[in-house]
Amino acid sequence: MLVLVNGVERELPETATVGLVLDELGAPRTGVAVALDGEVVPRARWERTPLAAGCAVEVLTAVQGG
Amino acid sequence: MDDPLVIAGREFGSRLVMGTGGAANLAVLERALVASGTELTTVAMRRMDAAGGTGVLDLLRRLGIEPLPNTAGCRTAAEAVLTARLAREALATDWVKLEVVADEQTLLPDPVELLDAAEQLVEDGFTVLPYTNDDPVLALRLEQVGCAAVMPLGSPIGTGLGIRNPHNIELIVSRASVPVVLDAGIGTASDAALAMELGCSAVLLATAVTRAQDPERMAAAMRAGVDAGRLARLAGRIPRRFWAQASSPDVP
Repeated sequence: MLVLVNGVERELPETATVGLVLDELGAPRTGVAVALDGEVVPRARWERTPLAAGCAVEVLTAVQGG
Repeated sequence: MDDPLVIAGREFGSRLVMGTGGAANLAVLERALVASGTELTTVAMRRMDAAGGTGVLDLLRRLGIEPLPNTAGCRTAAEAVLTARLAREALATDWVKLEVVADEQTLLPDPVELLDAAEQLVEDGFTVLPYTNDDPVLALRLEQVGCAAVMPLGSPIGTGLGIRNPHNIELIVSRASVPVVLDAGIGTASDAALAMELGCSAVLLATAVTRAQDPERMAAAMRAGVDAGRLARLAGRIPRRFWAQASSPDVP
């Protein structure tokens, strides 16, 4: 299925979870946060939150700014 | 700590809040942060693959500086609220520097969206530090909805134009019962000193240090400027006079 990850379309398996997206991005498990269709997904639910075709996942981290 | 800055019950020995934006690299940033003596420093939230993790969090942790996530880049209350919630999840802090700007050219706060976002975030349990216009009415409204501090601008972000309306800053300070943090527009150390002389509790700056020719030295200057301004404020300046007043005894 196609999923929008940080604005880029990615082909992911039907069983994909938020945790899989983080693995594919090589994201660390600390210092990052995930929104699924505009709602925050708490860290404790990353591995068991399933993705649906066409959903939008945003993975954010802290950078220099302000 | 004989004169701590207190925000939402939390004490800081330094009255200089730093930003991390604009530094050429992390080594330059590290030297500037150390020289500034800051204990609280802002970071922005961005897409993971865009910046690829800059190591700024590791740097702050190593230096024992508390990260203060901001909502820079947000144009609406809804965007700012989501960004603040993501920052809380990523950094495990419910403190947020709330920024909701109206346009790229001025980067001035959008007062309507700002107040809306502040209200929602306070309701959601955040400690909200809003970047606001130098508008005494808006500052009071932000305090009334529960913000832990108000952070009026001296002039637009990154301009280095200093404090364009000192009287407005004094008006904000005179009515505020939360700390007032002068945020944005600082160009050099005398601007930081003036902010403190006007009665601000702290100064927040980034560009003036990170884009200075010698960021480390400018950070030390800002630290000294904030300290000097604070001391002068506490000491109480002399009234301004029109005519001269001799400081030596009369000639007999």
